Amino acid sequence: MPDLLHPVGGQLLAAAGDPSQLLPAREQMAFTLGFHIILVPFGVAFTFLMLIANWRGLRRGDGQALVLARRWSQVSAVLFAVGAVSGTVLSFELGLLWPRLMGRYGAAFGIPFAIEGLFFFLEAIFVAIYIYGWDRMRPWAHFWTGIPVPLTGIGGTLSVVAANGWMNQPAGFTLRDGEVVDVRPLGVIFNGAFWYEALHMLLAAYMIAGFTVAGVYAVGILRGRNDRRHRLGLAIPLTVAAIVTPVQIFVGDVAAREVYQNEPAKFAAIETVPTTSTHVPETLLGVYVDGTVRFGLDIPNGASLLSGFSPSTRIQGLDAIPPELRPPDHLITLVHWSFQIMVGIGFALLALSIWFAVAARRHRGVPTGRWFLRCTAVSGVAAIVALECGWIVTEVGRQPWTVVGYLLTRDAVTTSGNVWLFFAATLALYAAVTYGSFVALGLLRRRWRRADEEPGAEPDGDVPYGPSRARETAAAEPGR
Amino acid sequence: MSTFAAVVLFVGVLAYAVLGGADFGAGFWDLTAGGAERGRRPRHLIDETLAPVWEANHVWLIFVLVMLWTAFPTAFAAIMTTLYVPLGLAALGIVLRGSGFAFRKVMVRTDQQRFTGAAFAASSVLTPFFLGTVAGGIASGRVPTGGNGDGLRSWVNPTSLLGGVLAVLTCAFVAAVFLTAEARRRDQADLERWFRHRALGAAVGTGAVALAGIAVLHADSPRLFDELLHRGLPLVIVSALSGLASVALIGRAAPRLLQALAVAAVAAIIAGWGVAQYPYLLGTHLTIADTAAPTPTLAALTVVAAVALALVVPSMGLLFVLSQRGQLQSH
Ligand code: HDD
Ligand code: HEM
Ligand code: HEM
Repeated sequence: MPDLLHPVGGQLLAAAGDPSQLLPAREQMAFTLGFHIILVPFGVAFTFLMLIANWRGLRRGDGQALVLARRWSQVSAVLFAVGAVSGTVLSFELGLLWPRLMGRYGAAFGIPFAIEGLFFFLEAIFVAIYIYGWDRMRPWAHFWTGIPVPLTGIGGTLSVVAANGWMNQPAGFTLRDGEVVDVRPLGVIFNGAFWYEALHMLLAAYMIAGFTVAGVYAVGILRGRNDRRHRLGLAIPLTVAAIVTPVQIFVGDVAAREVYQNEPAKFAAIETVPTTSTHVPETLLGVYVDGTVRFGLDIPNGASLLSGFSPSTRIQGLDAIPPELRPPDHLITLVHWSFQIMVGIGFALLALSIWFAVAARRHRGVPTGRWFLRCTAVSGVAAIVALECGWIVTEVGRQPWTVVGYLLTRDAVTTSGNVWLFFAATLALYAAVTYGSFVALGLLRRRWRRADEEPGAEPDGDVPYGPSRARETAAAEPGR
Repeated sequence: MSTFAAVVLFVGVLAYAVLGGADFGAGFWDLTAGGAERGRRPRHLIDETLAPVWEANHVWLIFVLVMLWTAFPTAFAAIMTTLYVPLGLAALGIVLRGSGFAFRKVMVRTDQQRFTGAAFAASSVLTPFFLGTVAGGIASGRVPTGGNGDGLRSWVNPTSLLGGVLAVLTCAFVAAVFLTAEARRRDQADLERWFRHRALGAAVGTGAVALAGIAVLHADSPRLFDELLHRGLPLVIVSALSGLASVALIGRAAPRLLQALAVAAVAAIIAGWGVAQYPYLLGTHLTIADTAAPTPTLAALTVVAAVALALVVPSMGLLFVLSQRGQLQSH
């Protein structure tokens, strides 16, 4: 455990105040990461759903499933592109915004990223082969070209999150005079936070893809398009999400206990524990002001029970953090609320999953009750909110550290340029890209709906692998 | 060890310059293809050839960034804190380009296509320009070892501007040759002619700027100039000959040979830069060995690079073969 009072390299700058670039740099990093992370589940897990549909279509000769698989691949082509470019911005930002993080720790922190780059390569290649290979390869061969995609997605997620875990529980390097002089690559990658963070993120990706896609078809059924394809489009993703959700809650619980043991400062913020003590209550809601929690509902002994299975479990409070390293009150409240929202959503989605399982068994088919469909329709957004909240817990809960015990965020930030300008340009551009994504996806949807209404009117309406009109249409009128 | 890591890094730069460059150049021709009616067919060809490969080509940039910050962390920080203006603009340009391209494929109305297409095409020209100025700033020694160099003059200077213009032109050249070959493969004679003219134009332009560049380098970056004409000379000659050959054979040679010549022309001159710059990573003041990460990190990167070689190269080959055989096409 590093000495929290005497950070290596960085000086204690509390008295000197924060550098002026700190605020915009943090906002920019948070915004662009928060944006990128929404696209990640679609690259990692949506492609898996697509392959399930493809497999089912081929295995059972189910044309509707094949149509779903092909349409999903077109959606993922759009989202994958936005995910890739927004990820590239992050790579630039690590240097543009946090040069002193990279300059000093790049030799260690960079290793998981190098592995990630390898997975991205393979992912981008096989995504392209699969998406553009419809109709042009033999059906099963085409299916197999898709298999590497979810696998590389898993690899990519594990390695990026390894980098994040390293920031929370740095390991695998030796410092001398503030310089990294030795690195143990395996120690860096398999840092203390690696397994639970990576698994938690991976499961989150599957939940988000599952609930979001199911939600789209739930809306369709609610609007009266209750055909077999819509029911299939609901059932495949929702089954995956419903299986993953209970596991996710279990992993989250493990994560919480790990944080309790290894990142006591973060845990104190999560549970808003003002003073180190035993018999700590679990506080629901509540605002942290000047060393006390206001407007909260206490469950006696709750936090102690959850973290150590006994009311006498001792939990380190915020008072144990030296004042100059204590995050400001509003950030503590933010972490506390984010955590509760995440957990609340987790249990709500668990309820939805159970509802689905029970209703599906009772109806011997896809449940289509209106309230069930309405809940499914919003479940995707809920899962995304949980994801964002989880990341706020992890990242804001780490403050004021970027690399816990080694590098303060204010010492990591750049001193050159004007980050506000960069941030403003980024906001404008990302707004345009978001708008463009919605327009593009809306267009795809409208095109498919037309195809559904008059079969054969649009090439995409054809059953994939069948005699496709796409080629003739393309040959007849090249260009668009 | 550190030299080896630098070579791996540089191979990434080369691959990105050639493959990513061809994609950027395609955007250049897209931008200049004329009105909606006239530009329809060339744009369609560009669209079809680019769609399956651009993302994979783009990952080379990620590879370069990651290699740089892991193997040479202090140099990375120095570059980022000095050349933040062109790098920030390039990052935003990449977002605009990738998403503009992906959206355009989906759009049906001409006005929507025109807007997203313009975003794609304009950023395809600006991004390589800014990346070229970054290369110029590094090569001419304007990035101080400790970073935080002059935020403006580090990239607004003769070598940088030369780098930027050359980057745009070489991208346009490679792309035009690639698309000529592609049109020939598809037996579309009129498009072949269309791109062949443009390849010739770009070749002449690139050659002229490169010649003028000799004078610029002589005045602005004497050491680079000297080394280019000594250690780098064979590569410079290879580049010039391949460029000339590709121009001379453009009407006749097999598509694959044409592509190989264009690649050789670009790759050789960039390799020449690398050789001329050696053993320095930044200008003539920070050597590769001085900024290198500890040995275990470099060893780990070597392992990653070897695995990449074993897995990525065949996969990428498969992608290119499938897309050149017309096995991959969008709807
Ligand atoms: C669908 C999304 C989702 C859902 C339903 C949950 N989580 Fe979560 N949580 C995330 C998505 C997420 C995440 C992917 O956003 C985070 C951020 C970093 C990480 O490892 O996973 C996260 C972080 C995170 C952390 C911080 C880990 C750290 O800082 O190292 C804890 C303690 C929990 N979660 C606990 C839980 C519990 C007890 C849940 C039970 C209901 C729960 N999460 C549901
Ligand atoms: C938990 C965090 C993250 C996960 C799980 C994740 C995962 C992914 C995945 C699966 C992709 C593939 C594209 C897609 O499917 O949309 C992607 C793209 C990318 N990500 Fe992230 N990412 C995370 C955070 C980051 C961070 C912090 C960075 C950089 C510092 C980053 C850099 C990139 C880059 C450069 C790409 C583009 C690669 C390409 O061209 O395909 N990501 N990310
Ligand atoms: C796995 C990859 C990730 C890496 C390497 C990473 C890295 C960073 C870095 C370097 C910073 C700035 C320094 C700091 O504040 O500590 C930061 C801040 C932040 N990140 Fe992450 N991050 C990752 C994933 C994410 C994701 C997916 C989110 C999604 C919401 C996120 C949310 C934030 C927020 C909110 C901040 C600002 C915290 C604050 O300054 O109060 N991070 N992250």
